[in-house]
Amino acid sequence: MNKTINQKAWFFVIPVFVLVAFNAAIPLMTVVNYSFQETFGNNVFAWEGTRWFKQILLSERFHAALGRQIAFTFIILLIQIPLGIGIALTMPKKGWGVPVCLILMSMPLLIPWNVVGAMWNIFALPDIGFLGHSLNGLGFDYNFTQQPGDAWFTTILMDVWHWTSLVVLLSYAGLNSIQPAYYQAAEIDGASRWATFRYIELPKMKKVLTLAILLRFMDSFMIYTEPFVLTGGGPGNTTAFLSIDLVKMALGQFDLGPAAAMSLIYFFIVLLVCWVFYNLMMKNEAQS
Amino acid sequence: MAKITLKDLSHSYLEKQNSNADWALRDVNIDWKDGGAYALLGPSGCGKTTLLNIVSGLLKPTKGSVLFDDKDITAFSPVERDIAQIFQFPVIYDTMTVYDNLAFPLKNRGLSETDIASKVKEIAEMLELTSTLNNRASGLTADGKQKISLGRGLVRSDVNVIMFDEPLTVIDPHLKWVLRSKLKELHQKINRTMIYVTHDQTEALTFADQVVVMHEGQIVQTGTPVELFEKPKHTFVGHFIGSPGMNILPCEIKNGEINFSGQKIQSHKNIKKSNFKKTQLGIRPEFINFSNNGIPVKIKRVSNTGRHKIIDTESNGENIKILSNSSTQIPSESAHITFNQKYTYVYGDNWIIE
Amino acid sequence: MSLELKNVEKKVGIETHIHPTSLKLEKNTINVLLGSTLAGKTTLMQIMAGLDKPTSGEIWFNEENVTGTKVQKRNCSMVYQQFINYPNYTVYENIASPLVITNVNSDEIKQRVGKVAELLKLSAMLNKKPDELSGGQQQRTALARALVKDSDLILLDEPLANLDFKLREELREELPKLFEDRDCIVVYATTEPSDALMIGGNTATLLEGKVIQYGKTLDVYNKPENLISAKVFSDPPMNIAEIKKDGDTCKLADNNVQWKSSVKIKDGTYKIGIRPHNITTYKEGNNSVEINGKVLISELSGSESLIHFTNGNLNWVSLSNGIQQKNVGDDTKLYMNTDEFLYFDQNNRLVNNG
Repeated sequence: MNKTINQKAWFFVIPVFVLVAFNAAIPLMTVVNYSFQETFGNNVFAWEGTRWFKQILLSERFHAALGRQIAFTFIILLIQIPLGIGIALTMPKKGWGVPVCLILMSMPLLIPWNVVGAMWNIFALPDIGFLGHSLNGLGFDYNFTQQPGDAWFTTILMDVWHWTSLVVLLSYAGLNSIQPAYYQAAEIDGASRWATFRYIELPKMKKVLTLAILLRFMDSFMIYTEPFVLTGGGPGNTTAFLSIDLVKMALGQFDLGPAAAMSLIYFFIVLLVCWVFYNLMMKNEAQS
Repeated sequence: MAKITLKDLSHSYLEKQNSNADWALRDVNIDWKDGGAYALLGPSGCGKTTLLNIVSGLLKPTKGSVLFDDKDITAFSPVERDIAQIFQFPVIYDTMTVYDNLAFPLKNRGLSETDIASKVKEIAEMLELTSTLNNRASGLTADGKQKISLGRGLVRSDVNVIMFDEPLTVIDPHLKWVLRSKLKELHQKINRTMIYVTHDQTEALTFADQVVVMHEGQIVQTGTPVELFEKPKHTFVGHFIGSPGMNILPCEIKNGEINFSGQKIQSHKNIKKSNFKKTQLGIRPEFINFSNNGIPVKIKRVSNTGRHKIIDTESNGENIKILSNSSTQIPSESAHITFNQKYTYVYGDNWIIE
Repeated sequence: MSLELKNVEKKVGIETHIHPTSLKLEKNTINVLLGSTLAGKTTLMQIMAGLDKPTSGEIWFNEENVTGTKVQKRNCSMVYQQFINYPNYTVYENIASPLVITNVNSDEIKQRVGKVAELLKLSAMLNKKPDELSGGQQQRTALARALVKDSDLILLDEPLANLDFKLREELREELPKLFEDRDCIVVYATTEPSDALMIGGNTATLLEGKVIQYGKTLDVYNKPENLISAKVFSDPPMNIAEIKKDGDTCKLADNNVQWKSSVKIKDGTYKIGIRPHNITTYKEGNNSVEINGKVLISELSGSESLIHFTNGNLNWVSLSNGIQQKNVGDDTKLYMNTDEFLYFDQNNRLVNNG
């Protein structure tokens, strides 16, 4: 409400501005450059207009990858958000259990993406991996390198293992900021456990949950390393999500033009969803 | 509705208790009649909120028992006790309308829609919330929200006791008056037992018929506002109630006389001797008058509060406060004062000598 | 030394937070800003301190325009409602902190901290950390930090609001004494009229971003320029009624209570403001007039009785000394001290200000 007006503050923004220019704006402009031209190497370019964009938007390959991507993101959000809230609700509020739980929860977040992929690759191998071997031992015909269903199952399980903790930690922080009087009032009003969750915990967690959903959406929509290491997009193209497909096109086939166009489309989808989300969030804020 | 009895209650937040200081509450015995208006008054950390939480069932006492209508309910949960509580900060359900907030306790208890509607309407009328019933509760001002939390207690007909935990903390002064009178009015209308916890003497004394004054985990005096004002049983009560509080002055009892500052003092009872380590004289600023002879004092400062003058005086190194009408002429430098004998008390080790 | 606001205005977007305000605060004065929440007290203080810039207008300090000067370059200190101290510093280090920054030598620091600590009764706890202290002591530490610096301007933003009633009373009494022999301007913001009266000095009444009246505290209280100022500076709320004046007879507009008035104003319709303590159950002053009423509610505070009653279409509040027990619904007779009436014309200006 009462902000000091001080134009000198802009000076401090310059370093960030330069940094962003180098690692975001300039590469982005390069991509834009590629997306409108055809190149045959040696810096020889030919203007192509919107041809690559049309080609990508109409290609079945892109539709399939986008469909897989949306399905994947949707499924993991559907699992991770409720699961994360559930775990946060059962975590202890005080005592020695708090640090233990918090450390256990942050462990998966500390492991690098490619290591997670490699770990799960070995873990799930049908012949020698603990998961794969056990499942087969139990009578399931499980082989994630051969069967698409199993590949999806493993990828989703891996992402849930890796990222649910983030939702847990955010929800836990949200839950802890609720004043005890609210619980006491609900108890006195005779509210059931479900009603307490529905009318106190959930509304009070709204902000952190919106943040959690947004973060998980962006991360999962741009997922690359883990499935690349785990399945390499296979079997066939069944787990080739947008980013994997993009890399295949750009580096595997060296179709730089279409790949650049695809990256831009990809980029705009993410931007659009974030914008919609942000506005919904702000609208809710204004109401309350 | 119920009569409430607290029997030999003690509570400690520690596992082991070595000294009195380890107890948040010590040896509390109280009888609260059905339909009364009561207040628990004391400074922060005196144990009043602990006591309140024990009555509401949010806390289990370390020792002793809580009885509603002579039935031991110490082990009961807040829901089983059928109580209502209003907290320091308004607790409302943000996502619900005012109507849904008021209806919530009834819905949880499985009442029919028509019963709920008529009950909510009645209470909303009483609290002047009718026009806002369809608004979202989160948009209301602090006093409106606090009315909602009060309303959620009032809609239930099965409530044994309604408890208030410093409910006016976040309310602006001019609205405090309105809300406080409203509470008092409601109490007289619906005749439920109400317990009001506060550190503010004005709130406690104006609201309650009986006030329990607490100090360091113990009850120091229970009485009507008049009793607490006119005859404090403990120096703490004298100090804590009244604005400014009672003058507490060291005195000596020898040769069958009470002596302060070289002067013989007449107190409400004839006291000839005392075996206490410390004897003190208690006299309220309201009961001191200027006179031609008596205790000589130096006038240090006069503050005019519009209604009163508060005069700071000094006698023999002791500060004595005097309260007088704002139109009274105050002597300029030195004066003599006399104490009203009827309201002059002697305290031995902080407790009144009778 | 003086602090002068010249036509200071503050707008944020289309909202006006402070309407054009001119105010001159002299040296060695305590100035109370009195108004409810959001009246603009904090904004005005931030402008005075240089934490915020006015949209238009100028701030002059010691005959020097300091409008754009930042807070770091002004010699001022501020105390807030929340107890703000450095949590991992001891009380001593906390108090010394403003001196350490300005390179005062260590002997002098020691001596000055010692002096301020003694003044604020903190000497015994200099080695403790803030979280080991009570709320009152924490706020004393914050005050000490503001005092140690020898500021020209000390701003206190509701410093007592978060304290227990008794502690508030105690500190409120000490505050004026602390500043007695200091060369500085003190500004004290509060929502409580009683704070202003106890502190004395000067008072500015505020409402919705406007300074309504500024002057000596008792003058503002006894002779409010207009009805708004009278309302802001009244706790309990002032009774306001329409009257008709015909010759030297005044009459309440909606019933037959009438009295003789020597006020020299034209015949016609006026409003009167009567402070609750000028309506009592006993006669006060030489010119009292009877008023009958039906008791709505009566609140006793030990030494005083508040009786809310209806007369005509209005609800009235009266405040009498002593215990005046009345039952709800009783018909009662009270007396109004007509000498103390405040008469306001149709523009709400005080007319009997002679």
